[in-house]
Amino acid sequence: MVRKEMIAMLLAGGQGSRLGVLTQKVAKPAVSFGGKYRIIDFPLSNCINSGVDTVGVLTQYQPLRLNTHIGIGIPWDLDRNVGGVTVLPPYERSKGSDWYTGTANAIYQNLEYMESYNPEYVLILSGDHIYKMDYEVMLEYHKANNADVTIAAMPVPMEEASRFGILITDDANRITEFEEKPANPRSNLASMGIYIFSWKVLKEALIKLKDEPGCDFGKHIIPYCHNDGRRIFAYEYNGYWKDVGTLGSYWEANMELIDIIPEFNLYEEYWKIYTKSEKIPPQFISAEAKVGKSIIGEGTEIYGEVTNSVIGSGVVIEKGAVVRDSIIMQDSVIEADAVVDKAIVAEDVRIGAGARLGVGEYAPSKYDPKVYQFDLVTVGEHSVIPAGVEIGKNTAVSGVTEASDYPDGKLESGGYIVKAGGNV
Amino acid sequence: MRAIGIVLAGGNSKRMRELSRKRAIAAMPIAGSFRSVDFALSNMSNSHIQSVAVLTQYNSRSLNEHLSSSKWWDFGRKQGGMYVFTPTITAEHSDWYRGTADALYQNLDFLKRSHEPYVVLASGDGIYKLDYNKVLEYHIEKKADITVVCKDMPADVDVTRFGMVKTNADGRITEFEEKPMVNDSTTISCGIYVIRRRQLIELIERCANEDRYDFVQDILVRYKNLKRIYAYKLDTYWSNIASVEAYYQTNMDFLKPEVRSYFFKEYPDIYSKIDDLPPAKYNPGAVVKNSLVSSGCILNGSVENSVLFKKVYIGNNCVIKNSIIMNDVYIGDNTVIENCIVESRDTIRANTTYIGQPDDVKIVIEKNERYTL
Repeated sequence: MVRKEMIAMLLAGGQGSRLGVLTQKVAKPAVSFGGKYRIIDFPLSNCINSGVDTVGVLTQYQPLRLNTHIGIGIPWDLDRNVGGVTVLPPYERSKGSDWYTGTANAIYQNLEYMESYNPEYVLILSGDHIYKMDYEVMLEYHKANNADVTIAAMPVPMEEASRFGILITDDANRITEFEEKPANPRSNLASMGIYIFSWKVLKEALIKLKDEPGCDFGKHIIPYCHNDGRRIFAYEYNGYWKDVGTLGSYWEANMELIDIIPEFNLYEEYWKIYTKSEKIPPQFISAEAKVGKSIIGEGTEIYGEVTNSVIGSGVVIEKGAVVRDSIIMQDSVIEADAVVDKAIVAEDVRIGAGARLGVGEYAPSKYDPKVYQFDLVTVGEHSVIPAGVEIGKNTAVSGVTEASDYPDGKLESGGYIVKAGGNV
Repeated sequence: MRAIGIVLAGGNSKRMRELSRKRAIAAMPIAGSFRSVDFALSNMSNSHIQSVAVLTQYNSRSLNEHLSSSKWWDFGRKQGGMYVFTPTITAEHSDWYRGTADALYQNLDFLKRSHEPYVVLASGDGIYKLDYNKVLEYHIEKKADITVVCKDMPADVDVTRFGMVKTNADGRITEFEEKPMVNDSTTISCGIYVIRRRQLIELIERCANEDRYDFVQDILVRYKNLKRIYAYKLDTYWSNIASVEAYYQTNMDFLKPEVRSYFFKEYPDIYSKIDDLPPAKYNPGAVVKNSLVSSGCILNGSVENSVLFKKVYIGNNCVIKNSIIMNDVYIGDNTVIENCIVESRDTIRANTTYIGQPDDVKIVIEKNERYTL
């Protein structure tokens, strides 16, 4: 009989609405990161580096990019005879069919998948964090404590603790209380949304709470286990970990990669991050180009100026163009003499000659001030920005825009142009 | 496709000087991210050849490492596949491959057990793109016994290290001379052949019976009047890297926009083994001009008219000019390198200088200890 000690369930179905136009057509875990990767590469690489070779990836929102990226798992060595990666979308049943209504509900709907591997432990991961973690060490910890549930947690600055789910523990790290986004936090240990469950405990809880609407790990399953007197421990993690759930944190995490010795170092031999490499050729830096303090992906051609930026693969930055403090994702083209300041430009975007992005004074977003609030210009994938226009700060552009969409050739700070379609 | 592929990748050349000390020519790194053999293999894959044998002998470890999986070229299939054949001792013989024809003879079973009617033979040291189907069509149209892919070289190129051919108006090869003393033709053989499988088996067996071992001398040259041998003219980029000068020049060719666009942007792609290295990193102090930079590189100094292969580290205040820096080289601070080929896995100390001449490139092999953080 097949028997896997620990399998992983990777939650990758969320939209990530706070990433605005970046996730209009792709699930958050499939968003590009760091000039080469997609966000989901980090948990997937952690899995294989930790010896977890059976991973169920739960998808729901806009899964196309995610599905083609994962394929049969070759880039992560997750193409296995037994186990490997399996994409698990919601499915129809003879009686009633449901979308995944919550994190735990999604796992519940895949009980059969987990059952087929006879696991002793199940690792619950989320597909939108940037970090390197050895899950095997966490499992050792789980076993040593004879725990039913282990929650990875990291200390955060006390003043920020009210933004997180906070764990209160006793001297032995056993969790005694939870506080979800407390106004006056009593601890600074924040849950990272990474759980190891002993399989029997998880199964029992999932079945018990199966009718809970929007069944969620943080809100329902963990409190249920706690009230049931289960042994729940906090596993303290002190390495680099970043939730890239907002445009601000996404931009920041990318920018941290270009520090001279980055806190999150991709250049170490140990603990490689794997991804599906879509391009092999080297990048070309032309005689008139200027490149300073940046990272640049494969096959990109730079004829202009790039500083403090993260440039993906297959990008072309034409002569005279200037890119500063920006993220340019794969296959985008910045035409001649365009100036791009503090922008996130998604995949396959064309920015017309002489266009200027990120100019002018700050103004709050008229589109969604909660999402667009970091002075950033955000351009969704497959968009086109016509030549010569000016785009202010805190703006969002998505779709094929034309000169007529820009009154006086301008999009003021805080403005937006979001068109349906795009040239997909 | 109706052909199987065979890549002849066993060779060495004195013209490679120190560069072939640790690797076969077919394993030479090319254009930052590739190996020479990737071009023949990708062409075969892109021509829909499903079954490919790579014959290796000289320093075969280097090549075997690169060929550790067939999936990079899409050969990992139930139908067909990629096979790497190194010389082996059998009940019948215990020789090395004594020549190209002998290499084929020792692997005759592969030819006999295949069912495809044709064979594409290619060397592993050519840099080109070619749809072998076009050569096969030509081969059938001309009712040829053997078709040799040929290239007209510019008049000023010394062709004496190649096989020189002369053809009649129909394209049939009338003269074939290997490494001629005097070059009175500018048409050369690219070392790529199409031949009917049964015809090849017959020729190879006859060769073996006569104790002849070389495909070019003992088949092409010897049979040129007896068999219908045709030249298929290649009019796109082709380069053979089997000398230090040619190797250097071929890499530098990739700094030209038309060459880059032809190989990197135009369909179909050239494939290679994936290394999962992070994007190249430019730190303050990096000044890069007209250069190719591969993934995993970290740059702190200045680089001009050069090709950096994967995972190269350039220290502060370095000046690298007109040079090729191969994989995994560490260059300490304040070092000057001009007109050099720096061997892979080298560690170059800080404050050192290596200067070659434009017409006499220096090969740098430095195995110092490396201290990394």
